[in-house]
Amino acid sequence: MSATSPFRRAGLVGPALLVVLILVGVPLGIMAWVSLLGRGATIGVDWQSAPSFANYTKLIWEEDFDGTLLFNPTYLSILWRSVWQAAATTVICVALGLPVALWMSSLSRGARDIAVLLITIPFWTNLLVRNYAWLIILREDGAVSKAANAVWPFGPVQLLYNDAAILIGLVYSFLPFMILPIYAGFEKFDWRLLEAAYDLGANRRRALTRVIVPLAMPGIIAGSMLVFIPSLGSFVTAAILGGGKSMMMGNLIQLQFGQSRNWPFGAAISVVLLALMMLVLMGIAIWKNRQERKT
Amino acid sequence: MKWNGFLTASILAFTVAGAAWSEEEKVLYFYNWTDYYPPELLAKFEAETGIKVIQDGYDSNETLIAKLQAGGAAYDVIVPTDYVVAGMIKDGLLQPINATEMSNFQYVKEAFKDPEFDPGRVYTAPYTWGVTGIAYDSAQVTGGELEQSWGVFFEPPAELEGKIAALDIGSEMIQAAAIYLGLPQCTESNDDAAKIFALLEAQKPKLKMYSADSTVDRMASGEVAMHHLWSGATARAHEIKDTVRFIYPKEGTPMFRDNFAMPVGAPHPENAKTFINWMMAPENAAAVTNGIAYANSIESSEYLEDRWKNAESVNMPPEFADRLVPTDVCSPAAQELRDKIWTRLKG
Repeated sequence: MSATSPFRRAGLVGPALLVVLILVGVPLGIMAWVSLLGRGATIGVDWQSAPSFANYTKLIWEEDFDGTLLFNPTYLSILWRSVWQAAATTVICVALGLPVALWMSSLSRGARDIAVLLITIPFWTNLLVRNYAWLIILREDGAVSKAANAVWPFGPVQLLYNDAAILIGLVYSFLPFMILPIYAGFEKFDWRLLEAAYDLGANRRRALTRVIVPLAMPGIIAGSMLVFIPSLGSFVTAAILGGGKSMMMGNLIQLQFGQSRNWPFGAAISVVLLALMMLVLMGIAIWKNRQERKT
Repeated sequence: MKWNGFLTASILAFTVAGAAWSEEEKVLYFYNWTDYYPPELLAKFEAETGIKVIQDGYDSNETLIAKLQAGGAAYDVIVPTDYVVAGMIKDGLLQPINATEMSNFQYVKEAFKDPEFDPGRVYTAPYTWGVTGIAYDSAQVTGGELEQSWGVFFEPPAELEGKIAALDIGSEMIQAAAIYLGLPQCTESNDDAAKIFALLEAQKPKLKMYSADSTVDRMASGEVAMHHLWSGATARAHEIKDTVRFIYPKEGTPMFRDNFAMPVGAPHPENAKTFINWMMAPENAAAVTNGIAYANSIESSEYLEDRWKNAESVNMPPEFADRLVPTDVCSPAAQELRDKIWTRLKG
């Protein structure tokens, strides 16, 4: 490739950069600025207020009902619940997605296409509708609930309106995002590598951990990001399947922009969540870099 | 300044062009609460006026205001509730419709002609009204009847524990709790807030869920035995399951009055006024009640179906009138306390 002049390069990259700057940078900047302001009298933002970090300190320190300033675990517990739920969702999705993706890649070409189609079909339906479908499936007088109660020996099982229900909903919603990247990696998988592993005396388990999983790793990482990040910000599932009893970060943000009418605080929580996601992404990138350097 | 001049000029140009156009496009953008208008009535309006109605839905007054404040949303008719109207007028979100000058205004019930939130009905015309109370399934209650008190909801009898749904709306829950405890709705006192929080926190484990969606189904299918609920939704659940009863709590029953209004920037103001006037005709107002089971604010009882005339949750018995409590508008400090209670409850 011939060396391109810096001007030419700038000209080529410029439009894309400009679009990113205007469509991502500016809105983020506005959000960050709003997060420093006070709430409007009826709704929205008080643009005249002096900027401060009050909305951020409020996340950790809060005036109690008796007027004393004290450490407030409410938001941290909401954050912890979201992270925990998102992490659990990701792990379960890997556990379910890896075998499915592996099996898909072993199919004939035509069958593969059908399998991919089947996995993407749920996306044709709105997420909200699919969550409502789970509401009907898991209902107390529903078949699943009756079957579970017939098998489970320790008292009645409540499938809905708890953290387990949220987890089921999240795993269901995001599983395709795990299967597809892993499958994309397996699609070009050279099955002779597996045969070679067996020839060299690897048992099934060893072949899985030393050959298949490492080869699937890029797909697993991509899938994990695709699952973890939207799970962290999801709110529909918690509201519908969780029975609105415990909030996730997404619900907390939605509350600020809706019922609470406190946009600046909502913006502050969004900034924190965004920073958190950036940290996770950066962590993964650094870790990946190291892995690559090792090999 | 230059920019301003340009803006004025272009607005003027558009106005002139609009006047020259004179006839508005036969379309109406109607932004309403979801499931809050009978579809067959829209068809009737379209047939009678030739104006095609495009409906969009929202789930709370806050969503409505947020959308209007964000700008860019072009709606002709919206349905704000009493307690947000004054603020919307003050914020310049509504434009005058002068409902009193409309031909069908004469049919409006006396109590709705001159409300405190919009004196003289300059910006709004009345739509429906209702209350938030408690629905319960008498078949699941020993003795078949419950006391007419918020107590049965906030401190329920043991047999109902785990079978109760609360509205997932902080303002409704805190308002009801404050009324039950005899505290001001928009309290700014930390002590009061602590009491409200304690009540709600103690109630939480006895609830099955917080939800404001699909309430009619939930009550009618028997998924819950009690529901913190609106009168109209209860009436519809009663239609499906006749053991569903409604309580107008004696400590105070929050009342809401919904209204038609026209936001600033409505693209079809004349159609909007046509629609609003049409909706005040007794026959059409009654069709709303017949369709969605909320009482309307028009003298229309002759057109009401008997099933709603006799339903307590639609046609409130007059002796309960002194239990009705309007919704107060909270100060930012009071709102801050409400947020604290609600977030802690669910944190």
